[in-house]
Amino acid sequence: MKFSKTLLATTALTVAAGAVAAQEMSDSMTIVSWGGAYQNSQIKAYSEPYLEMHPELQISWDESSNEAVAKLRAMNEAGNITWDLVDVEAADAIRLCDEGLAMEVDHDEILAAGEDGSSATDDFGDSIVSDCFIPQIVFSTTVGYRTDLVGDTPPSDICAIFDLETYPGKRSLNKRPIGNVEWALLCDGVPKDEIYDVLATPEGQDQALAKLDSIKDQVVWWSAGADTPQLLADGEVIMGSTYNGRLFSAIAEQDQPIGMLWDAQMLDFDGWIIPEGLPEDRLARVKDFLLFATDTQRLADQAAYISYGPARASSAPLVGKHAELGIEMAPHMPTDPANATNVFVTQYEFWADYRDDIDAKFQAWLAK
Amino acid sequence: MPDTGVNDAFVAFERVQKSYDGETLVVKDLNLSLPKGEFLTMLGPSGSGKTTCLMMLAGFETATHGEIKLDGVSINNIPPHKRGIGMVFQNYALFPHMTVAENLSFPLEVRKIGKSEREQKVKRALDMVEMGAFGGRRPAQLSGGQQQRIALARALVFEPELVLMDEPLGALDKQLREKMQFEITSLAHQLGITTVYVTHDQTEALTMSDRVAVFNDGRIQQLAPPDELYEAPQNSFVAQFIGENNTLEGVVKEISGDRCTVQLDGGEMIDARPVNVSKVGDRTRVSIRPERVELDPQLGDESHTLKATVKEFIYMGDIFRTRLSVAGNDEFVIKTRNRPDQRRLRPGEEITIGWLPEDCRALDAD
Amino acid sequence: MTTGTPMTDASAEDKASGPMLAADGTPLKKSLARALRMEKIRASMLIAPLLLFVLVTFIAPIADMLFRSVENEIVSDTMPLTTEALEDWDGEGLPGDAAFEAAYYDIFLAAEQKNHTRLGTRLNYEMTGASSLFRKSGRGLDDIGEVYQDQFEDLNKDWDEAATWVELLGDPDWLAEQKEWAASEEGRQPRFKLREGMDELLPVTSREYATFARYQQREERKNLLEEEPWSAVHTALYEDLAAGDMSSYNGPRADMLKAADELVAGADFETVTFRDGFEEIDRDWVKPEIWRTIKLYSPNYTSGYFLNSVDMQLTPDGVEARPENQRIYIMLFQRTLFMSMVITFSCILLGYPVAYILSNLPSRTANLLMILVLLPFWTSLLVRTSAWKVMLQQQGVINDVLVWIGLVSDGDRLVMINNQFGTIVAMTHILLPFMILPMYSVMSTIPPSYVRAAKSLGATNWTTFWRVYFPQSVPGIGAGSILVFILSIGYYITPEIVGGTTGTFISNRIAYHISSSLNWGLAAALGTILLAVVLLLYWAYDRIVGIDNVKLG
Repeated sequence: MKFSKTLLATTALTVAAGAVAAQEMSDSMTIVSWGGAYQNSQIKAYSEPYLEMHPELQISWDESSNEAVAKLRAMNEAGNITWDLVDVEAADAIRLCDEGLAMEVDHDEILAAGEDGSSATDDFGDSIVSDCFIPQIVFSTTVGYRTDLVGDTPPSDICAIFDLETYPGKRSLNKRPIGNVEWALLCDGVPKDEIYDVLATPEGQDQALAKLDSIKDQVVWWSAGADTPQLLADGEVIMGSTYNGRLFSAIAEQDQPIGMLWDAQMLDFDGWIIPEGLPEDRLARVKDFLLFATDTQRLADQAAYISYGPARASSAPLVGKHAELGIEMAPHMPTDPANATNVFVTQYEFWADYRDDIDAKFQAWLAK
Repeated sequence: MPDTGVNDAFVAFERVQKSYDGETLVVKDLNLSLPKGEFLTMLGPSGSGKTTCLMMLAGFETATHGEIKLDGVSINNIPPHKRGIGMVFQNYALFPHMTVAENLSFPLEVRKIGKSEREQKVKRALDMVEMGAFGGRRPAQLSGGQQQRIALARALVFEPELVLMDEPLGALDKQLREKMQFEITSLAHQLGITTVYVTHDQTEALTMSDRVAVFNDGRIQQLAPPDELYEAPQNSFVAQFIGENNTLEGVVKEISGDRCTVQLDGGEMIDARPVNVSKVGDRTRVSIRPERVELDPQLGDESHTLKATVKEFIYMGDIFRTRLSVAGNDEFVIKTRNRPDQRRLRPGEEITIGWLPEDCRALDAD
Repeated sequence: MTTGTPMTDASAEDKASGPMLAADGTPLKKSLARALRMEKIRASMLIAPLLLFVLVTFIAPIADMLFRSVENEIVSDTMPLTTEALEDWDGEGLPGDAAFEAAYYDIFLAAEQKNHTRLGTRLNYEMTGASSLFRKSGRGLDDIGEVYQDQFEDLNKDWDEAATWVELLGDPDWLAEQKEWAASEEGRQPRFKLREGMDELLPVTSREYATFARYQQREERKNLLEEEPWSAVHTALYEDLAAGDMSSYNGPRADMLKAADELVAGADFETVTFRDGFEEIDRDWVKPEIWRTIKLYSPNYTSGYFLNSVDMQLTPDGVEARPENQRIYIMLFQRTLFMSMVITFSCILLGYPVAYILSNLPSRTANLLMILVLLPFWTSLLVRTSAWKVMLQQQGVINDVLVWIGLVSDGDRLVMINNQFGTIVAMTHILLPFMILPMYSVMSTIPPSYVRAAKSLGATNWTTFWRVYFPQSVPGIGAGSILVFILSIGYYITPEIVGGTTGTFISNRIAYHISSSLNWGLAAALGTILLAVVLLLYWAYDRIVGIDNVKLG
């Protein structure tokens, strides 16, 4: 089985090698990612099998995705790009594209078609939020709670965050407006499809902040993804928002008394960008790697290590079991139909415009 | 050591011992007393225990054993600031952030003396050391000698009965030092204060003091007025330490009254005054001051003559200093006055030297 | 001096009122200067690497920061025509058609160069929505040009051929050179040159084609003979044909040009005004706001970032305060200064006794204890800060102990973290060594004889300390305070982790603008103000205490 898979990949590679016209490929590559379990899943699913086929290649990992945008800009200004492939959130990809720091790509040309035969563009669908963005996973920001600290009726609705009467105690929220203001409006009675229209007005922004103000003194603000799981584990907060993968690992891998909501979770994408201005040999290597690492099987493989959904529609049926725990991963994916009954899709265009404005207000409100 | 007049002593050390580490004693069984108004100098090489004694008296160190009395009262448990002892430090210890006048005023302020009286006393003290015009300066703006005067004035301004001085002139050049030596002694006598003065400079000790206590190895080796110390050293340490000294080593052959006969290691027999030898057969070190040695002696029957070879002749202006080889000692020095008829010796010359037996003291050998 | 007869004669030397000469006959002054110069050069060679290092790693970044805080060339660089067209606009209502035309050509080129989104991001700092407006316009502007491109192409397919344009507009000599180059494509591509008279006959087309040619030749490095122009050139051609008369033209491609002229003059020719084209892309283009913003930020230097840093903003009506719900920086500056002072003061309180004890111990013991003082330096800052989290949080060690003792009930555990208290505690701990070290080094130089002297003069322990010891240790306090204060003013990791919302510093916003919002201009302005505040305090300190009184070791 494994042999045939490798054989298949090798064949695909030979075809791909033909496509880049037998170009010289650099034999080292620097990939930037987030570190931790997520980077580990990428190593297991993408780079290790790729290295098996290309033993001459040296891959170094840099855990700088957090500040990728600023660093890429600095590299660009210095005229010395040391990164070959960068893992960023969709919103950052859009900004990198706007700033001319990421390379625009033709998705159908550089990515493999889906295993079901659909074109790359169709297979990735809405997750291609920018011409520079090569999606990998779908993740969501959602709410986890301490099952032993929320009473007899555990929350089932996102608005539990704002319900201090039923769920007294501290809650943790991200220390930035994105996500929080949408939930605030949603729980203040604004219909889901009108939220961004309302948020575009100063009154709407005030309304969102007013709603957040009602729980302000009960909120612990987090800035790193690991904060909420830790705060939950310590009992510092009774509920809090974080990425679904973090909650999965606290629940399934660490067996914490934590539950999670699949309600109005903020759906988001994470993926690759290629820095603008790579020399030809390095670009050829990156393209070769990407062709392999974003194909249907590889994206499905990644889900065995972390509970983030593959960005390709064609990968969903191939998602298997957790590599160590042996549990079925499909029900833990944000893309699973059962979990996706009420998702909230972040509007990147909106945030590209309103980020500065709403952030200024949000920070001023926070500091008050 | 004999206890002289402990009862009427102003300052008294009684069987005082001091150890820092619990293993070795830096002061060993010290007994010392001085009457009011005396200027006593503690002289000795560094590490001899003299400064420790001073610090115990000032209250900065506590005696491990024994008692220190001031005016008949034990002060062992009185903290330094209540002892009322004036002190002058080696590096003057003038407070750098205060002016000269403020420095002087400090001991008066802590004694809660009124402002006008304070100013008056400060002025008087400054005038006393002829520094009246410097009240507004900072210590750093003064020369070493000026700082020394201020330090002295500060130690005296609150009119203590006892003043301690810890090598106060060590940092000054020779000329200034001599001038200050004179000023300090005359001030001390004029004010009638009791002074304990620590130094390692024997000239200073000899010129300033009423009595000198020579320290070595935690003990007082000799306590005596300067002339006695020089002319009648009690042991070879004091003889060596005070002034210049020639020594010849040998064995006591015979003792009779105030004469003894010593056979030098080279075989020559000489007569000496037995000071620190007890019996025939003891090894001894014979000490003769250079200025008591005569060249081509015509001193009479009692004198001794020895053959000597000139090693070096040094012209020093007022005197000639000649280094000789005598009885195996190449460092034998004689001093002769520069008189018109005085012979100038040449190295290699064979001469005869001699001295009076009473100038030749047979001391202990170590 | 040349090899003349040296003046060795003593009398000659005496007589000569001229300069004193060295042994070899050169004037003494000169030879002294030469000797000194050699020494100076040798000395400066020794420090040159350090100087260079300081210059490159210290001075240059600060200079760069100062420059960035006012630099604003992106607007005039990206939209030169628009900037010019808006120069005379009074800001009332909408600007004239010329501004729309200029914006069309500017943004068209910027979109080809992928610069338009950058400009959009820059303007979005000042006007919400500019970012997507420019992103959309980059794609949408093609629609205007394609109207003309299609019609010209329908008239004659050659209008979409590269050859037509180079012959019509190119200088014949250049064209010959270009063809020669194209045969081998080696060496440098000859720069496009406009044929004489074309800039009078077809002024806009000439300008736009020249722009196109420059872009293709210099940036894309493509052979101009094979590149058909983009649609902005067709738009320009339409403008020229509509405005001018082509009947007198008889150069290359005269027939085509005349036919096109007739087409344009015809009633059926479809046109789009620039204004309508922009309105089609986004209605925001026909609102005065975006134009005012462009005009306001068209100068090469702006005070906008600095105004933003002090909660003001640049508006067409002048400088005004920001709306209250966006004011944050002045408050953060005040908070940063206040908390840094509290931290400095806590460090003095805690550090002084420690330094005092250290300096009065025998050096062996002191060195051992000094290691304990320095020990925190061997642990990562993040670990130390996170440790405070474990200590101070509501379910943390201190609260647990307090509850266990019974001082606090389980229900109201103390809130000691994610607020100012947490920041002050954690930062005091982290910065304490910077206070202790200079204090220690000053205290260990205070001779014990001062204390003894004071005591011998009759001062009690307290008087001795307060009147004699303390004043002499003040330089150490001063040095430590300067160090701790300046360090804490710029700290951001610790406040970020334990500061919550009320314990964060201005540096947290600077870090945010550097790494998240990418508003480096604003970050630079905030940083410059912070630098100025520090220098001001330093100056004030020098005036009051005197910098000579500061001893670092």
